[in-house]
Amino acid sequence: MDIQLKRGLLDVCVLAAIKDEDSYGYKIIKDMKPYLELSESTLYTILKRLESAEMLTVRTAEHDGRLRKYYHITKLGLNRLDEFRDDWKEIISIYRFITKEDNLNG
Amino acid sequence: MDKTQFLEELKRRLSGLPQSDMDERLLFYSEMIDDRIEDGLTEEEAVAGIASVDEIVEQIMAETPLSRLVKEKIQQRRGLKAWEILLLVLGSPVWLSLLIAAFAVCLSLYIVLWAVLSSLWAVDLSLAVSAVGGLFMAVFDLIRGNPAGGAFMLGIALVCAGLAILLFFGCLELSRGLLRLTKKILLGVKTMFIGRENTER
Repeated sequence: MDIQLKRGLLDVCVLAAIKDEDSYGYKIIKDMKPYLELSESTLYTILKRLESAEMLTVRTAEHDGRLRKYYHITKLGLNRLDEFRDDWKEIISIYRFITKEDNLNG
Repeated sequence: MDKTQFLEELKRRLSGLPQSDMDERLLFYSEMIDDRIEDGLTEEEAVAGIASVDEIVEQIMAETPLSRLVKEKIQQRRGLKAWEILLLVLGSPVWLSLLIAAFAVCLSLYIVLWAVLSSLWAVDLSLAVSAVGGLFMAVFDLIRGNPAGGAFMLGIALVCAGLAILLFFGCLELSRGLLRLTKKILLGVKTMFIGRENTER
Protein backbone atom coordinates (compact mmCIF):
# COMPACT_ATOMS: atom_id res chain seq x y z
CA MET A 1 0.00 0.00 0.00
CA ASP A 2 1.06 3.57 -0.58
CA ILE A 3 3.24 4.71 2.35
CA GLN A 4 1.44 8.04 2.89
CA LEU A 5 -1.94 6.36 2.88
CA LYS A 6 -0.72 3.72 5.31
CA ARG A 7 0.71 6.31 7.69
CA GLY A 8 -2.66 8.00 7.97
CA LEU A 9 -4.38 4.72 8.77
CA LEU A 10 -1.92 3.44 11.39
CA ASP A 11 -3.05 5.75 14.22
CA VAL A 12 -6.67 4.77 13.72
CA CYS A 13 -5.75 1.09 13.52
CA VAL A 14 -3.91 1.21 16.84
CA LEU A 15 -6.90 2.94 18.44
CA ALA A 16 -9.17 0.27 16.99
CA ALA A 17 -6.92 -2.44 18.45
CA ILE A 18 -7.48 -1.12 21.99
CA LYS A 19 -11.11 -0.10 21.51
CA ASP A 20 -12.84 -3.13 23.07
CA GLU A 21 -10.33 -3.94 25.79
CA ASP A 22 -7.03 -2.62 27.05
CA SER A 23 -4.13 -4.12 25.18
CA TYR A 24 -0.32 -4.23 25.26
CA GLY A 25 2.35 -3.64 22.64
CA TYR A 26 2.96 -7.17 21.42
CA LYS A 27 -0.76 -7.97 21.26
CA ILE A 28 -1.47 -4.81 19.26
CA ILE A 29 1.13 -5.81 16.67
CA LYS A 30 -0.21 -9.37 16.54
CA ASP A 31 -3.84 -8.25 16.21
CA MET A 32 -2.94 -5.88 13.38
CA LYS A 33 -0.69 -8.32 11.54
CA PRO A 34 -3.36 -9.76 9.20
CA TYR A 35 -4.17 -6.23 8.04
CA LEU A 36 -1.09 -4.06 8.43
CA GLU A 37 2.54 -4.93 9.11
CA LEU A 38 3.84 -2.72 11.90
CA SER A 39 7.34 -2.61 13.35
CA GLU A 40 7.99 -2.14 17.06
CA SER A 41 9.68 1.23 16.59
CA THR A 42 6.78 2.54 14.53
CA LEU A 43 4.30 1.34 17.14
CA TYR A 44 6.28 3.10 19.85
CA THR A 45 6.11 6.39 17.96
CA ILE A 46 2.38 6.03 17.34
CA LEU A 47 1.63 5.16 20.97
CA LYS A 48 3.64 8.19 22.12
CA ARG A 49 1.79 10.43 19.69
CA LEU A 50 -1.62 9.12 20.74
CA GLU A 51 -0.69 9.46 24.40
CA SER A 52 0.34 13.10 24.05
CA ALA A 53 -2.85 13.75 22.07
CA GLU A 54 -4.67 12.25 25.10
CA MET A 55 -6.35 9.64 22.94
CA LEU A 56 -5.09 6.87 25.18
CA THR A 57 -3.75 6.41 28.69
CA VAL A 58 -1.02 4.06 29.84
CA ARG A 59 -0.94 1.97 32.99
CA THR A 60 1.72 -0.43 34.12
CA ALA A 61 0.57 -3.75 35.57
CA GLU A 62 2.39 -6.82 36.79
CA HIS A 63 2.23 -9.83 34.55
CA ASP A 64 3.93 -13.10 35.31
CA GLY A 65 6.48 -11.51 37.62
CA ARG A 66 7.38 -8.66 35.27
CA LEU A 67 5.90 -5.31 34.30
CA ARG A 68 3.82 -4.74 31.23
CA LYS A 69 2.27 -1.54 29.89
CA TYR A 70 -1.41 -1.59 29.04
CA TYR A 71 -3.00 1.01 26.81
CA HIS A 72 -6.52 2.24 27.45
CA ILE A 73 -8.57 4.27 24.94
CA THR A 74 -10.01 7.60 26.15
CA LYS A 75 -13.08 9.55 25.14
CA LEU A 76 -10.93 11.55 22.70
CA GLY A 77 -9.66 8.32 21.15
CA LEU A 78 -13.20 7.03 20.69
CA ASN A 79 -14.13 10.37 19.12
CA ARG A 80 -11.23 9.95 16.69
CA LEU A 81 -12.60 6.56 15.63
CA ASP A 82 -16.03 8.11 15.05
CA GLU A 83 -14.41 10.87 13.03
CA PHE A 84 -12.70 8.23 10.94
CA ARG A 85 -16.07 6.64 10.16
CA ASP A 86 -17.28 9.99 8.83
CA ASP A 87 -14.03 10.50 6.90
CA TRP A 88 -14.50 7.09 5.39
CA LYS A 89 -17.79 8.07 3.75
CA GLU A 90 -15.93 10.92 2.06
CA ILE A 91 -13.11 8.59 1.04
CA ILE A 92 -15.64 6.21 -0.52
CA SER A 93 -17.10 9.01 -2.62
CA ILE A 94 -13.59 10.08 -3.66
CA TYR A 95 -12.86 6.45 -4.53
CA ARG A 96 -15.95 6.38 -6.73
CA PHE A 97 -14.76 9.56 -8.44
CA ILE A 98 -11.28 8.09 -9.03
CA THR A 99 -12.58 4.83 -10.48
CA LYS A 100 -15.48 6.37 -12.39
CA GLU A 101 -13.63 6.33 -15.73
CA ASP A 102 -12.74 2.66 -15.28
CA ASN A 103 -16.37 1.75 -14.73
CA LEU A 104 -17.48 3.61 -17.83
CA ASN A 105 -14.84 1.93 -19.97
CA GLY A 106 -15.06 -1.51 -18.48
CA MET B 1 22.30 -11.88 20.19
CA ASP B 2 20.42 -12.42 23.45
CA LYS B 3 18.13 -9.95 25.18
CA THR B 4 20.75 -8.45 27.47
CA GLN B 5 23.20 -7.93 24.60
CA PHE B 6 20.50 -6.33 22.47
CA LEU B 7 19.41 -3.92 25.22
CA GLU B 8 23.01 -3.08 26.16
CA GLU B 9 23.86 -2.33 22.53
CA LEU B 10 20.71 -0.20 22.14
CA LYS B 11 21.49 1.66 25.36
CA ARG B 12 25.03 2.40 24.22
CA ARG B 13 23.86 3.70 20.84
CA LEU B 14 21.07 5.84 22.28
CA SER B 15 23.09 7.42 25.05
CA GLY B 16 22.75 10.84 23.38
CA LEU B 17 18.99 10.82 23.92
CA PRO B 18 17.39 12.36 27.01
CA GLN B 19 17.64 9.85 29.88
CA SER B 20 13.87 9.44 30.37
CA ASP B 21 13.39 8.88 26.62
CA MET B 22 16.05 6.21 26.57
CA ASP B 23 14.76 4.36 29.65
CA GLU B 24 11.25 4.31 28.26
CA ARG B 25 12.37 2.91 24.93
CA LEU B 26 14.52 0.24 26.56
CA LEU B 27 11.58 -0.85 28.74
CA PHE B 28 9.39 -0.98 25.65
CA TYR B 29 11.76 -3.26 23.74
CA SER B 30 12.41 -5.37 26.81
CA GLU B 31 8.66 -5.95 27.21
CA MET B 32 8.36 -6.78 23.50
CA ILE B 33 11.08 -9.44 23.74
CA ASP B 34 9.57 -10.95 26.90
CA ASP B 35 6.16 -11.16 25.28
CA ARG B 36 7.61 -12.89 22.25
CA ILE B 37 9.35 -15.42 24.46
CA GLU B 38 6.09 -16.01 26.34
CA ASP B 39 4.48 -16.63 22.95
CA GLY B 40 6.78 -19.63 22.46
CA LEU B 41 9.81 -18.17 20.73
CA THR B 42 13.34 -18.73 21.98
CA GLU B 43 15.25 -15.69 23.26
CA GLU B 44 17.40 -15.58 20.12
CA GLU B 45 14.37 -15.75 17.84
CA ALA B 46 12.55 -13.10 19.86
CA VAL B 47 15.45 -10.67 19.50
CA ALA B 48 15.92 -11.49 15.82
CA GLY B 49 12.21 -10.79 15.20
CA ILE B 50 12.67 -7.21 16.34
CA ALA B 51 14.35 -4.76 13.99
CA SER B 52 18.13 -4.52 14.20
CA VAL B 53 19.69 -1.93 16.52
CA ASP B 54 20.90 -0.02 13.45
CA GLU B 55 17.39 0.26 12.05
CA ILE B 56 15.95 1.35 15.39
CA VAL B 57 18.62 4.01 15.91
CA GLU B 58 18.17 5.30 12.37
CA GLN B 59 14.41 5.63 12.81
CA ILE B 60 14.73 7.37 16.18
CA MET B 61 17.25 9.82 14.75
CA ALA B 62 14.98 10.62 11.85
CA GLU B 63 12.11 11.27 14.26
CA THR B 64 13.87 13.20 17.01
CA PRO B 65 14.22 16.91 16.19
CA LEU B 66 17.79 18.19 16.13
CA SER B 67 16.93 20.97 18.61
CA ARG B 68 16.02 18.33 21.19
CA LEU B 69 19.33 16.52 20.82
CA VAL B 70 21.28 19.76 21.08
CA LYS B 71 19.34 20.79 24.19
CA GLU B 72 20.10 17.48 25.84
CA LYS B 73 23.76 17.92 24.96
CA ILE B 74 23.90 21.34 26.55
CA GLN B 75 22.17 20.16 29.71
CA GLN B 76 24.58 17.25 30.06
CA ARG B 77 27.51 19.64 29.90
CA ARG B 78 26.48 21.65 32.94
CA GLY B 79 29.30 20.29 35.05
CA LEU B 80 31.96 22.74 33.84
CA LYS B 81 34.55 23.86 36.35
CA ALA B 82 35.22 27.55 37.02
CA TRP B 83 38.64 27.55 35.32
CA GLU B 84 37.18 25.78 32.28
CA ILE B 85 34.59 28.52 31.93
CA LEU B 86 37.30 31.15 32.36
CA LEU B 87 39.39 29.51 29.64
CA LEU B 88 36.37 29.28 27.38
CA VAL B 89 35.64 32.98 27.82
CA LEU B 90 39.26 34.09 27.50
CA GLY B 91 39.80 31.90 24.45
CA SER B 92 36.58 32.93 22.79
CA PRO B 93 38.19 35.45 20.40
CA VAL B 94 40.21 32.53 19.03
CA TRP B 95 37.86 29.52 19.05
CA LEU B 96 34.72 31.44 18.36
CA SER B 97 36.11 33.06 15.22
CA LEU B 98 37.61 29.75 14.10
CA LEU B 99 34.28 28.04 14.66
CA ILE B 100 32.43 30.71 12.71
CA ALA B 101 35.01 30.50 9.92
CA ALA B 102 34.72 26.71 9.72
CA PHE B 103 30.95 26.97 9.67
CA ALA B 104 31.09 29.66 6.97
CA VAL B 105 33.38 27.51 4.81
CA CYS B 106 31.03 24.54 5.07
CA LEU B 107 28.04 26.71 4.33
CA SER B 108 29.67 28.38 1.33
CA LEU B 109 30.72 25.00 -0.09
CA TYR B 110 27.14 23.92 0.18
CA ILE B 111 25.90 27.14 -1.46
CA VAL B 112 28.45 26.70 -4.28
CA LEU B 113 26.93 23.30 -5.03
CA TRP B 114 23.52 24.90 -5.42
CA ALA B 115 25.00 27.76 -7.47
CA VAL B 116 26.57 25.31 -9.93
CA LEU B 117 23.29 23.50 -10.19
CA SER B 118 21.25 26.65 -10.74
CA SER B 119 23.65 27.86 -13.45
CA LEU B 120 23.24 24.49 -15.18
CA TRP B 121 19.49 24.98 -15.03
CA ALA B 122 19.96 28.46 -16.49
CA VAL B 123 22.00 27.02 -19.38
CA ASP B 124 19.27 24.47 -19.95
CA LEU B 125 16.63 27.17 -20.01
CA SER B 126 18.59 29.33 -22.45
CA LEU B 127 19.08 26.32 -24.75
CA ALA B 128 15.35 25.71 -24.71
CA VAL B 129 14.65 29.37 -25.44
CA SER B 130 17.21 29.32 -28.31
CA ALA B 131 15.54 26.25 -29.76
CA VAL B 132 12.17 28.00 -29.83
CA GLY B 133 13.77 31.19 -31.18
CA GLY B 134 15.62 29.24 -33.88
CA LEU B 135 12.37 27.64 -34.95
CA PHE B 136 10.75 31.06 -35.36
CA MET B 137 13.75 32.33 -37.31
CA ALA B 138 13.58 29.29 -39.62
CA VAL B 139 9.91 29.98 -40.38
CA PHE B 140 10.72 33.69 -40.86
CA ASP B 141 13.54 32.89 -43.30
CA LEU B 142 11.33 30.51 -45.29
CA ILE B 143 8.63 33.18 -45.61
CA ARG B 144 11.23 35.69 -46.81
CA GLY B 145 12.27 33.20 -49.51
CA ASN B 146 15.59 32.13 -48.04
CA PRO B 147 15.39 28.31 -47.78
CA ALA B 148 19.12 27.85 -47.13
CA GLY B 149 19.03 30.23 -44.14
CA GLY B 150 15.82 28.57 -42.97
CA ALA B 151 17.38 25.09 -43.05
CA PHE B 152 20.40 26.42 -41.19
CA MET B 153 18.24 27.96 -38.45
CA LEU B 154 16.15 24.78 -38.22
CA GLY B 155 19.35 22.78 -37.72
CA ILE B 156 20.46 25.09 -34.95
CA ALA B 157 17.04 24.89 -33.32
CA LEU B 158 17.16 21.08 -33.38
CA VAL B 159 20.66 20.96 -31.89
CA CYS B 160 19.58 23.36 -29.10
CA ALA B 161 16.43 21.36 -28.41
CA GLY B 162 18.39 18.11 -28.24
CA LEU B 163 20.96 19.55 -25.85
CA ALA B 164 18.21 21.13 -23.73
CA ILE B 165 16.39 17.81 -23.33
CA LEU B 166 19.56 15.91 -22.45
CA LEU B 167 20.65 18.58 -19.99
CA PHE B 168 17.18 18.64 -18.42
CA PHE B 169 17.45 15.01 -17.30
CA GLY B 170 21.02 15.57 -16.14
CA CYS B 171 19.96 18.59 -14.06
CA LEU B 172 16.98 16.72 -12.62
CA GLU B 173 19.21 13.85 -11.49
CA LEU B 174 21.75 16.27 -10.00
CA SER B 175 19.03 18.17 -8.10
CA ARG B 176 17.73 14.91 -6.65
CA GLY B 177 21.26 13.92 -5.69
CA LEU B 178 21.82 17.22 -3.93
CA LEU B 179 18.57 16.87 -1.98
CA ARG B 180 19.61 13.37 -0.91
CA LEU B 181 22.98 14.79 0.14
CA THR B 182 21.23 17.47 2.22
CA LYS B 183 19.25 14.78 4.03
CA LYS B 184 22.44 12.78 4.64
CA ILE B 185 24.21 15.85 6.05
CA LEU B 186 21.34 16.56 8.46
CA LEU B 187 21.37 12.92 9.56
CA GLY B 188 25.15 13.12 9.91
CA VAL B 189 24.90 16.15 12.19
CA LYS B 190 22.38 14.30 14.34
CA THR B 191 24.65 11.25 14.48
CA MET B 192 27.44 13.51 15.67
CA PHE B 193 25.35 14.48 18.68
CA ILE B 194 24.28 10.94 19.51
CA GLY B 195 27.54 9.31 18.56
CA ARG B 196 29.99 11.48 20.45
CA GLU B 197 28.70 10.12 23.76
CA ASN B 198 30.03 6.68 22.89
CA THR B 199 33.62 7.79 22.75
CA GLU B 200 33.39 9.73 25.98
CA ARG B 201 32.41 6.68 28.00
